[in-house]
Amino acid sequence: MSRAALVTLILLVLAALCAPLIAPHEPNLQNLLTRLQPPGAGHPLGTDQLGRDVLSRLIYGTRISLLVGVSAAVLAGVIGGIAGIVAGFLGGWVDRILMRLADIQLAFPALLLSLAVIGFVGSGLWLVILVLGFTGWVSYARVVRSEVLSLRTRGFVLAAIAIGASGPAIMRRHLLPNVMAPLATIGTLHVGTAIVAEASLSYLGIGVPKQTVTWGSMLADGQLYLGTAWWVAVFPGLALAITVLAVNVLGDALRDVTDPRRTDGRS
Amino acid sequence: MIPTIIRRILSAIVVLFCVATVAFVLVRLSGDPVKLMLPPDATAQQETTLRASLGLDRPLWTQYLDYLAGLPRLRFGDSLVYGQPVAEVLLARVPATAELAAAALALTLLIAVPAGTFAALHRGRAGDSGVMGAVLIGQSTPVFWIGILLILVFAVRLQWLPASGYGGLDHLVLPAVTLALYSVAVVARLLRSSLIDVLGSDYIRTATAKGLRTRTVVGVHALRNAALPVVTVVGLEIGSLLGGAILTEQVFSWPGIGRLTVEAIQNRDFPLVQGTVLFFAAIFVLVNLLVDLSYTVLDPRVRLT
Repeated sequence: MSRAALVTLILLVLAALCAPLIAPHEPNLQNLLTRLQPPGAGHPLGTDQLGRDVLSRLIYGTRISLLVGVSAAVLAGVIGGIAGIVAGFLGGWVDRILMRLADIQLAFPALLLSLAVIGFVGSGLWLVILVLGFTGWVSYARVVRSEVLSLRTRGFVLAAIAIGASGPAIMRRHLLPNVMAPLATIGTLHVGTAIVAEASLSYLGIGVPKQTVTWGSMLADGQLYLGTAWWVAVFPGLALAITVLAVNVLGDALRDVTDPRRTDGRS
Repeated sequence: MIPTIIRRILSAIVVLFCVATVAFVLVRLSGDPVKLMLPPDATAQQETTLRASLGLDRPLWTQYLDYLAGLPRLRFGDSLVYGQPVAEVLLARVPATAELAAAALALTLLIAVPAGTFAALHRGRAGDSGVMGAVLIGQSTPVFWIGILLILVFAVRLQWLPASGYGGLDHLVLPAVTLALYSVAVVARLLRSSLIDVLGSDYIRTATAKGLRTRTVVGVHALRNAALPVVTVVGLEIGSLLGGAILTEQVFSWPGIGRLTVEAIQNRDFPLVQGTVLFFAAIFVLVNLLVDLSYTVLDPRVRLT
């Protein structure tokens, strides 16, 4: 299972990197004479309402999905990791403020917050990444914090404190390496969440600007032509589902490897 | 017990206050609503009049204080597009969303509880793998794509059900199924792992040893104890469920709060956006408050202290 997921993801990354080489057509090339053509020779996955090649657009769409997913997860991981280590190690009012912030963040449905920020501040690829990164930090922070709370009482941390190591040094040299495994696991699963979130925003027409090819906006376009041309909406959704499924399978496998307490593997 | 409840309620109010402030700041960060509402050739005079009539000419902090003072009385100002008080516009859309949510919740319990129980009882066997595979796919498939697929099959091809809109029971089926699928996956998965833990405990062995039927052991003794972690996580998942509702309503043109929110954002109807954002946050906080309180009912050992 996880091997298949890994192969799928490698293929997706390759598709994103080599998009101009493997895409059979220019993704935004319109040809109104060949609009809404069913899958067949010349257009393996058919064409959309402007005669653009669906397969080529799918391949280019991989770029946005992976870029947003990975960048948002890394950004959220950095914010959440730092917040979790600081809250867990320092405790006291720093901990209380950070955890209260986390509660408030959770009270704000992530999709709604993204919608509100992007709807008001404006749209754009980097804004989407920033918003998804900033809305995703809570789960990292909570897990890392609880991990640090138990690490803090362990011999090597106490020894570091005893020989007079500074707080930042302990956090960087002793705590950070020990929370990398949970960080990586949550990060992998978060990539899937962020990819879906970006597609949701693009589907609602409030995400990445329209001229960029994204799976979400392809789906929104396709829904209008469901009666006559099912392939325009079905293939981008399939690509999205396969990508997220692969990421989730990999994340689950990573959790099983890094967390020996979970023998069950699927809780 | 009583002071705990009061403390929970107070902390819920603090959270809502912060959400309200963030909503206010976000709205003011964006463009000028007066410029958007008037045609491009409007005179400076018209602009000033409209600004004054909307109260937008006053200092920011008085606007903020007025806004906060209006919240307990559900005064969010007038919608710029509908011209009615935001609370009225919101309330008119509540029944549609409530109907959708109730149907989805019912479907979730009807499907997820038997599926999760079945998987736990058949742990490690083919039935378990089947359920868990379906769960993984359910959790990985975006809500709006499921909705589109359902429309394609049941509305476009088979023509059994309408593709969109609001009306009788036939309109409700596809949106409710769409919204329910994600929560079915979450609940079934959690219930399975929670039940597996519970089934290994001593009191279950005792219940079995004293000769109770499997149905009684699972139904009465195990499920009740396994419900606790499930309820907790459902409370936390309510945020993604609300997000799912926004998308589902959009896919099926369902005239609920979710669609209203998206419309309000697209129209830059600031007071309405503030209203919907606060509404969703209030629902989230309320559900989690109920989750906290439900522990004492589900498990008498838990005393809120």
